[in-house]
Amino acid sequence: MLRTFRIGGIHPPENKLSADKKITVLATPKQVIIPLSQHIGAPAQAVVKKGDPVKVGTLLAKAGGFVSANIHSSVSGKVNKIDNAIDSSGYKRPAIYIDVEGDEWEETIDRSDALVKECTLSSKEIVDKIAAAGIVGLGGATFPTQVKLMPPPGNKAEIIIINAVECEPYLTSDHSLMLEKSEQILVGVTLLMKAVHVNKAIIGIENNKPDAIALMQKQAVSYPGIEIMPLKVQYPQGGEKQLIDAVIRRQVKSGALPISAGAVVQNVGTAYAVYEAVQKNKPLFERVVTVTGKAVSNPSNFLVRMGTPISTLIEAAGGIPENTGKIIGGGPMMGKALISAEVPVTKGSSGVLLLTQEESVRKPMHDCIRCAKCVNVCPMGLNPTLLMNATEFKEWELAEKNYITDCIECGSCSYTCPANRPLLDYIRSGKGKVMGIIRARKS
Amino acid sequence: MENKLIVSPSPHIHGGDSISKNMYGVLIALVPAFLVSLYFFGLGALIVTVASVFFCVLFEYLIQKFLMKKEPTLYDGSAILTGVLLAFNLPSNLPIWIIAIGALAAIGIGKMSFGGLGNNIFNPALTGRIFLLISFPAQMTTWPIVDALNAFPMTYTDATTGATVLSLMNEGALDKLPAVSDMLVGNMGGSLGEVSALALILGLFYMLWKKIITWHIPVSVLATVFVFTGIMHLINPAQYADPFVHLLSGGLMLGAIFMATDYVTSPMSKSGMLVYGVGIGILTTVIRLFGSYPEGMSFAIFIMNGVTPLINSYMKPKHFGGK
Repeated sequence: MLRTFRIGGIHPPENKLSADKKITVLATPKQVIIPLSQHIGAPAQAVVKKGDPVKVGTLLAKAGGFVSANIHSSVSGKVNKIDNAIDSSGYKRPAIYIDVEGDEWEETIDRSDALVKECTLSSKEIVDKIAAAGIVGLGGATFPTQVKLMPPPGNKAEIIIINAVECEPYLTSDHSLMLEKSEQILVGVTLLMKAVHVNKAIIGIENNKPDAIALMQKQAVSYPGIEIMPLKVQYPQGGEKQLIDAVIRRQVKSGALPISAGAVVQNVGTAYAVYEAVQKNKPLFERVVTVTGKAVSNPSNFLVRMGTPISTLIEAAGGIPENTGKIIGGGPMMGKALISAEVPVTKGSSGVLLLTQEESVRKPMHDCIRCAKCVNVCPMGLNPTLLMNATEFKEWELAEKNYITDCIECGSCSYTCPANRPLLDYIRSGKGKVMGIIRARKS
Repeated sequence: MENKLIVSPSPHIHGGDSISKNMYGVLIALVPAFLVSLYFFGLGALIVTVASVFFCVLFEYLIQKFLMKKEPTLYDGSAILTGVLLAFNLPSNLPIWIIAIGALAAIGIGKMSFGGLGNNIFNPALTGRIFLLISFPAQMTTWPIVDALNAFPMTYTDATTGATVLSLMNEGALDKLPAVSDMLVGNMGGSLGEVSALALILGLFYMLWKKIITWHIPVSVLATVFVFTGIMHLINPAQYADPFVHLLSGGLMLGAIFMATDYVTSPMSKSGMLVYGVGIGILTTVIRLFGSYPEGMSFAIFIMNGVTPLINSYMKPKHFGGK
């Protein structure tokens, strides 16, 4: 019996249309737009100004706080301006515009393909290099990686868990990365283990990627301490708490950090970025992005420079289909609907999904019939319909008592509801409100 | 292009489940029991079922259209389901005018007065049945006996009537009970949809397979009745019938599988469902063994329907990372 997390969960159609596509390197665009806020936490602060020449890998902005991340140039050229740009959130936020000239890289970056296995750095030096390279969680949450590698006092890491489940339907960027960069990923995992002083790591991969599981298992043999664990396909297995539960059978308590269960969870793409940063001196300025959708003529996995407009990616995948209703940054369950195709690729862009008009329209909602299907699928063991009602009637105390702040916004409830109730829409807003109330009470 | 993009919060896909899919799913699960009732009760079963569905749908339409003044939602199948379930709880020789009153009680009082589907506290079909049971006790407790000679007998209100298993038990005539094998297929007197345990269990498996319901309510109801009546049978076999007879008689199977599992009126958490099921089992057994009514299933479910909001506020789902 394959493991999976033990509460709730759904299994939407996988639709991994680009699963057998190799990673294609996308040509550098004429201009990139690099937002200063590509991660959770404080925006980075620009260290370049209009007219400055930059190379690939040049530091553009440095971390604006403890929870923040450096941002590097993904192209060589000239800073055109620092101005507001619409990003995937739909808001205008500060970004650095760079006009591309040539493709000149910083000399410190090792551009060879040779695998570098040995690392003599101390754990602190590894963490510092990761911080300097501006690495954030590449699964979509974009939490600065170095912060996770520095457990708060009183907590001790026991194991590294690598999230390679890619539980979102359609997305295949992690899958393709594992097929093409398996050794680099394993070296990256070894570096992460060294960074937090543990000798055990488990890479969780969902069973719908048998080729990746086989390859990784074959190669993991020569990397002591690393185990590949195939997992039963179940959404949202990529949720941090769900993955920990699936892999080591520990449930992180409400409100606690994963480290309290002894686990440090990192995405498989992050592990690859760690390899590149530590062994190749390469900052995080490019990533693999899946471009997909049922009407897309050529669903693909692209290696993309940050700041490339999403329209460029869609063009390379065959163009925007006639009947496109929605462009989603990320997967269909947790991705954000974009307001424009000119939004740039950022560190958190795991995929671009195009839905047709018919797929984009929600069906009318009905009264709740209390079928409890939302309760059954909630991976956090909450009662979504109760939380929706509590939000609707502004019963904040009731919502808090029923753990509204534990919601991970996976959307399983809304996906399942036979009455088409927008459960997560309400719960998300109620959660924000309750978190505000809690903060106000504490201060 | 720019202006035509739809922007809405995640999730961006839906599983395709709908209220009508669930309602029609339950109706499909009721087909085996309906076929058995046609075989044993014939024309009467057909007339009662058709009349019950017709009146339930009609009253729902009229109330929504003219009293609530909103778009009728007949397509969701819930009124049809109420109609079928009400019919299954009626004797197959019940006159049409009484059925119409039952349908009005079910839809009008049981469902629409609370605001329609999803807002009612009590199971509408049960509301209708209990309304009729109290208003027309004679007609509601005189059941046709199964015609041993004909499949699909052409009798309706003229059907021969006789005692049921439960009334025999209530009178203490344990020696006159039919064989367990007859009770299993439904070859005995009773309300038209309740007689065949086998057909009803077939429906249960269909609903479990289609994930329309979970096992918690039916299993807890049946297990509780089995254990409770089993203990009583061990104490005094001369007075209390054996637990298999209890499981197979009266409305227990129909109630446990199709009535108690009504989404709207049953608890939402697994633990709540178990409490609710055990409650129904205990109440049913108490009424059957110690009450003056031979059958307690409808009252037991009705009472536990009323307790459901309370169960919901105490029995929470198992919280991730909780104690």
